[in-house]
Amino acid sequence: MRQRHGVDARHKAGHDGFQNDAGLGPAALTFPPGPAVAHQRTPHMLEIKNLHARIGDNEILKGLDLTIPAGEVHAIMGPNGSGKSTLSYVLSGKPDYEVTEGTATFNGQDILALAPEERAAAGVFLAFQYPIEIPGVANMQFLRAAMNAQKKARGEEEISTPDFLKLVRAKAPDLGITQDMLRRGVNVGFSGGEKKRNEILQMALLEPKLCILDETDSGLDIDALKVVAQGVNALRAPDRAMLVITHYQRLLDHIVPDVVHVMHKGRIVRSGGAELALELEESGYAAYGQDAA
Amino acid sequence: MTIPVRPARTPAEDAIAATLQARLAVAAGQGGLEGRLGELSADALEAFRAHGLPNRRVEEWKYTDLRAAVRDFPPLAGTPGPAQEAEAAALALDVPHAARLLFVSGALARGASDFAGLPAGVSALPLDAATASNNPLLDRIGSLQPDRYDGALALNTGFLGEGLVVTVEAGIKAAKPVHLAHVFPAGEAVAGFTRTVVVVGEGAELTLVESFTGREGVAYQANHAMELVVGDGATVNLVRLQEEGAAALHLGTLMVELGRAAKLNVFSLVQGAALSRHSVYGRFQGTGTNLGVRGATLLKGRQHADTSMFIDHAVAGCESRELFKTVLSDESHGVFQGKIVVRRDAQKTDGRMMSQSLLLSDNAEMDNKPELEIFADDVQCGHGATVGTLDDKMLFYLRSRGLPLKEAERLLIQAFVGEAVEFVEDEALREVLIARMVAWLEKRAA
Amino acid sequence: MPAVQETVERVRALDVDQYKYGFVTDIESEKAPKGLSEDTIRYISAKKNEPEWMLEWRLEAYRRWLTMVEPTWARVSYPKIDFQDYYYYSQPKAAPKSIDEIDPEILKTYEKLGIPLRERDALLGIENSGGSKVAVDAVFDSVSVATTFKAELASAGVIFMPISEAIREHPDLVKTYLGSVVPVSDNFYATLNSAVFSDGSFVYIPKGVRCPMELSTYFRINERNTGQFERTLIIADEGAYVSYLEGCTAPQRDENQLHAAVVELVALKDAQIKYSTVQNWYPGDKDGKGGIYNFVTKRGDCRGDNSKISWTQVETGSAITWKYPSCILRGDNSQGEFYSIAISNGYQQVDSGTKMIHLGKNTSSRIISKGIAAGHSENTYRGQVSAHRKATGARNFTNCDSLLIGDQCGAHTVPYMEAKNASAQFEHEATTSKISEDQLFYCLQRGLGPEEAVALIVNGFVRDVLQQLPMEFAVEAQKLIAVSLEGSVG
Repeated sequence: MRQRHGVDARHKAGHDGFQNDAGLGPAALTFPPGPAVAHQRTPHMLEIKNLHARIGDNEILKGLDLTIPAGEVHAIMGPNGSGKSTLSYVLSGKPDYEVTEGTATFNGQDILALAPEERAAAGVFLAFQYPIEIPGVANMQFLRAAMNAQKKARGEEEISTPDFLKLVRAKAPDLGITQDMLRRGVNVGFSGGEKKRNEILQMALLEPKLCILDETDSGLDIDALKVVAQGVNALRAPDRAMLVITHYQRLLDHIVPDVVHVMHKGRIVRSGGAELALELEESGYAAYGQDAA
Repeated sequence: MTIPVRPARTPAEDAIAATLQARLAVAAGQGGLEGRLGELSADALEAFRAHGLPNRRVEEWKYTDLRAAVRDFPPLAGTPGPAQEAEAAALALDVPHAARLLFVSGALARGASDFAGLPAGVSALPLDAATASNNPLLDRIGSLQPDRYDGALALNTGFLGEGLVVTVEAGIKAAKPVHLAHVFPAGEAVAGFTRTVVVVGEGAELTLVESFTGREGVAYQANHAMELVVGDGATVNLVRLQEEGAAALHLGTLMVELGRAAKLNVFSLVQGAALSRHSVYGRFQGTGTNLGVRGATLLKGRQHADTSMFIDHAVAGCESRELFKTVLSDESHGVFQGKIVVRRDAQKTDGRMMSQSLLLSDNAEMDNKPELEIFADDVQCGHGATVGTLDDKMLFYLRSRGLPLKEAERLLIQAFVGEAVEFVEDEALREVLIARMVAWLEKRAA
Repeated sequence: MPAVQETVERVRALDVDQYKYGFVTDIESEKAPKGLSEDTIRYISAKKNEPEWMLEWRLEAYRRWLTMVEPTWARVSYPKIDFQDYYYYSQPKAAPKSIDEIDPEILKTYEKLGIPLRERDALLGIENSGGSKVAVDAVFDSVSVATTFKAELASAGVIFMPISEAIREHPDLVKTYLGSVVPVSDNFYATLNSAVFSDGSFVYIPKGVRCPMELSTYFRINERNTGQFERTLIIADEGAYVSYLEGCTAPQRDENQLHAAVVELVALKDAQIKYSTVQNWYPGDKDGKGGIYNFVTKRGDCRGDNSKISWTQVETGSAITWKYPSCILRGDNSQGEFYSIAISNGYQQVDSGTKMIHLGKNTSSRIISKGIAAGHSENTYRGQVSAHRKATGARNFTNCDSLLIGDQCGAHTVPYMEAKNASAQFEHEATTSKISEDQLFYCLQRGLGPEEAVALIVNGFVRDVLQQLPMEFAVEAQKLIAVSLEGSVG
């Protein structure tokens, strides 16, 4: 039943690019050719198997498999409603999303069993598509509280105020985060671009192991996009993995992925190298029942 | 119109009436309570006999039924000894750079009070001394009393005796805050009553702090009333910290009269007592005045706290702002009642009242009753009230950054109450308040 | 600004004596002996050919009432009512058998009121409003004199008849639901009503039926010193829908006439009831003499899951209004609404509002109240929103705005908000202001007269509520608003 979704999509589209799909289980899809192969020996940082999740009665993830080794940047593309954001919420532990089947391990640890803050402390970071405004909680106060909470959870020493200030001062200007934005309530009165840059600043300060960027490009003009992409690229590291969720190829011009996955109806239906994104840009998601535009 | 049938008096009411009666009789034997105080006490006894403790059938006490809650009446507190004074001094809250006057179980502790440290232009006279010297300011006592019977205030008036008369000379800007620290250190339950009269002269400025603390686990009954007269053009900042012991009963009444272009900024933090009620009566006597009454209430366990305000705009062109934040956990019960009255001549009144509450538990209860009573047409008045719980989305955002649930809650609650605390102008006092709230929140998070 | 001043003057000088509906119909009527006793109740019950159980129900209510005292918590004041000084029953002599037998005088009365009693008239009067139909059950003093459209309703299975008939013809339904929303002992006036109610409407919409037309009752108090105690009971069975309109007028009299109605609504699973009222009873003269005392208990019970009850009221009449149409949100996901316009002028006193009692899970309620006070009137909104322990996910939004015209009137807001559940989300906002001078000036500058300008702004102020009324009523209500603030609108 589960496998049929992808097969249906292929037949409907009459597309011949789905050879990987035919007759093969979802697990076979997760190791496409491309740069990922070079890292196969690296332990898998994120390993998702047959993940099913729903919100209310509505099943959104329907047997998703995905493996991301450390050091790689994976992109997930797909039409609206394919479940991309849901995947980011399920990985970060948003309440209301119920996992009904399957597993997700992060460095060998079952992260689905953890509270959101425990996942954060373990190194999972979600850059939200729509960062929420929290009036009354100053941005600086929040950044420091988050940093120290994670350090505390990891049994590390808390950061001192001068060190923290120094750190923020070192990282904020590159992202165009002003003193005023640091003083204001978290995201309060920030423009769309400012909110996204603030997300990346948090990422830079918290130094997570797995960065999930949920449609970070949405609502950004090209200049803002470049700033954000630079911030992200600066964080690429051998011990860090990234999962970049996007609807458009545009972001991937600036954050070049090692692997591109196509998500459709709650599953990964195709995987490939960076060139897959370009291909999708041209052909659109029509094959999946929806235009890219 | 039928006269409501009064049920039989409760044992507590009987005990109170008997104690009052005995006290007046003793005083009579000694030549009677002096002048005005005696008259007021006798009137209060009469009124108490007629109405008793306020109960839920009395609209203003609908949500705080003292008749049901007050089961007994402990003995009146005696004069504190040196040991008690020392214990009280240790239990009292510390307010930096303030001249502290200490009350022990309602009675002024002369020896432990820093009269010498009072800022220039500020004087404080014990109530009995004022009575002995026939101080004209005594006429102020009872002058701001509301027309309607207020059972808590009636008791305070009935037991008039302990207290202070504080004056600030015209034009004086008091160089440091005056801190009235009320402490109940006694090992056994007692009842204590204090009445403070504060008269701030024309154009003067004063920062006044009232703190209320006491022994945990002792069911003492504290009853405080303050009559505050803010003269023309004067400015007063009043900060109240109510952190009574967890078994205590706290009844507080603040009566305020504001002169022309006067400014009063009140902030009240409520965290203590098993049951507490803070009644505020504000009356505008001159135009161009500005009254801000704000507060935060943080409750846990089975605490009950009631803040009730009656703001009377009798003259034109005044502004009032009320903002109250209530945070309720466990089985606690919060009450906010606020009434803004705008009389016929009070044109151009600008009044805004807001009560916001956070329910952290399904067993907590919040009752809100913000009222507007308006007789003048050229006004801008509004009130609002909200009840809700912490925002799920915000909580998740904070947790996704690594903050444990309790800490994320703490941060959001702090932001919630912070919106009221930020109106406290004195930075040092604001820090004190924030520290008290943080302590409460940390205890909860622990 | 002189123009504003002038407007205010004219509004203040509003000619309340010219109550548009203040006329007396000259017909013979039959009355119960003056005063209230068990005999009066037996008389009423006998007149109605009631079964024994109904008489017993009334007598029990009467005995209960004797032990009760008049409530005094509302913000209204009036001389003590001598309950023995009223006639508790009055009916036109020669009770009509059919619509054609109705006393022409009564028909003329309705014509003056512009009420489309007869089918022809009804259709005629509604032509402008999109062709919907209205069935009218008219209550003249105490007897329901005619019911139109009976046949068409009957074919849909809808029962719409005077409650006196329903007691005889559908005793099981009446026994099941009468007093089930407003218990006999609910309050002083409701108990009085239970003892002496004269007539009213009974509506039953069967399962799954959407009532094919708007149902309507017009109440009118005619006889001198009669109390009108109508009793209305509306039941929407599972999945049913009904919209009910109620209009009230009374002739001009020097004495105060007493009115104490009870309306009970029951919405079962998935059912929906919309109840709209336009009340323009005689408010008394410019010195506050006469007028109706209107003490009404209206309550709806969202008994089944996903049910919805919506109250809309336009209150412009009566010397005293004491009225709180409420919703008990018992069923899960049930919804309650209260939309109100209350206009007071002259010496009118209005104390009105609603109660939304959240008991079921995920219930929601919405309150929009617009009060306009002019002249020497007092206008109070009194409302309660409460969420009980188990009412998880309760939601309420309340907005109540008051407008003051002139400086001799009062506008008051007394909301009670009680939450016993952490998942409750209540929001209340209230404002009081006068008509904006800027808005007035803007209108005047565009060439509107001051009266028109005031009417325009007031209509804008109440728009949210007017929109809730069925078309037929919205037009009437709009006119009524203008008339109530007479002097400013031609």
